[in-house]
Amino acid sequence: MREISLHILDIAENAIRAGASRIGIEVEADRQSDTLTVTVRDDGCGMPPEILAGVKDPFVTTRTERRVGLGLPLLAANCEATGGSLDVQSRPGGGTTVKAVFGLSHIDRPPMGALHETIRALAAGNVDRRVTLRVRSEKGEFEFDSDTVKAALDGVPLSSPPVAEWLKEHLQEGIAGALELD
Amino acid sequence: MKTLEDLKRVREEAIKAMKVREGEQRVKVTVAMGTCGIAAGARETMSALLDELNKRGITDVTVTQTGCKGLCEQEPLVEVTIAGSETVSYGKIDAEKARRIVAEHIVNGHVVGDYVITR
Repeated sequence: MREISLHILDIAENAIRAGASRIGIEVEADRQSDTLTVTVRDDGCGMPPEILAGVKDPFVTTRTERRVGLGLPLLAANCEATGGSLDVQSRPGGGTTVKAVFGLSHIDRPPMGALHETIRALAAGNVDRRVTLRVRSEKGEFEFDSDTVKAALDGVPLSSPPVAEWLKEHLQEGIAGALELD
Repeated sequence: MKTLEDLKRVREEAIKAMKVREGEQRVKVTVAMGTCGIAAGARETMSALLDELNKRGITDVTVTQTGCKGLCEQEPLVEVTIAGSETVSYGKIDAEKARRIVAEHIVNGHVVGDYVITR
């Protein structure tokens, strides 16, 4: 994955496959500790310890379509290459939390990329799920909640093209005001 | 800033447009977003679909997403289902091809043969 925002989309897709109705994404840049922390929380089915133990192994997957699972192993490799780490907490019935820490100023840290496109794809492509985003850095803070937007839309779908256009601009401006990253 | 106040105006526009077309969703477009799809550019494909539909003022299309279908070498995969017709699967759809699918298949009803994949 060329961008951290693509990793976020990928991890959120795992949450969708786990049947999550809520996906919470947090991005925090901290210059003091020189870290960029990305957390994706879901309320999906969770994983038993034996599957959890193998999440960073590309040859362990619960899929039946193919026999490799590259999402988390690729993310772990990208985190570790910047002096960071990947932590996955999960239990059956208790959801899953993926916490990825990158070295903020490390030369090998992938760019954040189009985080607004990731959140829009998730919110517009999964109208039945609640998608939340919280972005924090010394520059500011931005929060997004797809349920707030749904309430304001009052029956008009989130995936309706004019709404999708609004989502893109709203997210782009909000994220730009709270995060200054390449 | 695109605020929730702006969103209310957007909502009115969307409702007006939907009324013109009697509200029924005529087309369903699905973008596969497994790890393979995302790595191949599925997010950009989905953005291009949403942007092109909005540019053309089309509101009777639902764009949704799904996971990996085991055809990783054909990603990004896009499926188009027009109500009453069979689903058409397209492979290796980048942003430009996505816009062509909107113009030719969704608007004009002609399947874009060049990009169709068969299972």
